[in-house]
Amino acid sequence: MAEFRLPKNSRITKGKHFDAAKGSSNTRTFAVYRYDPDSGENPRVDTYKIDMNNCGPMVLDALIKIKNEVDPTLTFRRSCREGICGSCAMNIDGGNTLACTRANDEVKGDVKIYPLPHMPVVKDLVTDLTNFYAQYASIKPWLQSRTPPPPDSERLQSKEDQELINEPSACILCACCSTSCPSYWWNSDRYLGPAALLAAYRWLVDTRDEATGERLDELEDPFRLYRCHTIMNCTQTCPKGLNPALAIAETKKMLVERKY
Amino acid sequence: MNNNDRPLSPHLSIYRWPITMVSSILHRATGVAMAVGYVVLVGWLFDAASGPEVYDKFLSVMDSTIGCVLLVGWSFAFFYHLSNGIRHLVWDTGRGLEKEQATASAWFVIAASIVLTAAFWWAAS
Repeated sequence: MAEFRLPKNSRITKGKHFDAAKGSSNTRTFAVYRYDPDSGENPRVDTYKIDMNNCGPMVLDALIKIKNEVDPTLTFRRSCREGICGSCAMNIDGGNTLACTRANDEVKGDVKIYPLPHMPVVKDLVTDLTNFYAQYASIKPWLQSRTPPPPDSERLQSKEDQELINEPSACILCACCSTSCPSYWWNSDRYLGPAALLAAYRWLVDTRDEATGERLDELEDPFRLYRCHTIMNCTQTCPKGLNPALAIAETKKMLVERKY
Repeated sequence: MNNNDRPLSPHLSIYRWPITMVSSILHRATGVAMAVGYVVLVGWLFDAASGPEVYDKFLSVMDSTIGCVLLVGWSFAFFYHLSNGIRHLVWDTGRGLEKEQATASAWFVIAASIVLTAAFWWAAS
């Protein structure tokens, strides 16, 4: 059953405020979710006034500036800073996206930064993705085939075959889509979520894969697949412009069509 | 630390609702509202079969301000659920699921159900 209110230990309290350095004319306020597991205190939202004349263009630049110059305890994941690793996925201005590809200028008013929604928080903006990765593993994201490959070559594909999997294989597993989905919020223990289902679709339409039937059997479940109610938050929020909702709809179609 | 001891990150309270999310929860809400409305519909038929005095009482209740608001609400629920149901049928064929299409169809369905509700009451009055 959906629990709409945050549990007692998760309710957000008022945090600290940090002013910008004196003499900065172009400032912007960043409101950042903070949680320190060692303090035993509830999460809070700290606000930082940042001098934008000395800050890079992206939200990630501002976070790094805060960590370097204001509060070194601020904790977040980041790596590639160009939208390909998926580490800095977080909720910015009410939507899930990558901090490294979201420009500060795209946000109106204060920049509000929270961890990915409805996830266990390890520290500050770092959430525990164990369940998310386990769900990805559960769809067996690898090529399954019974027939041996040609003795003198690889399993070749036509250009058209490759185009079927181009988009779904561009997923970087940042978890923005799954953690934007209300169905996933209420049922992440049983619903696979858009990211894992997009990955499942990528193997369903792969012409080299020979386990399509078994893959569909695994998905034919009231929860694993059919908790998708086409809310479309996944597609709306995907920082890579992919369409998990369409992949899920196509999977549902495959399940119906194979009966006839 | 066990995940049960970790705080849960905020969700509904911080998420900016895309119009497609609004249209989805409206579909659920109008479905529930109609289920309640059908009880009243049965009551209407029941009262109509129970003679003029009982029926007059039903009419006077439904003619009150609250009654009128409820009736308009139920008719909107019906038209919204119908229009959005058609949208879902189109989705089931795999069409209309691009981001821009789904956003546009959400607005269209909301506008259409308001227009249909207005037209319904205009025709009834």
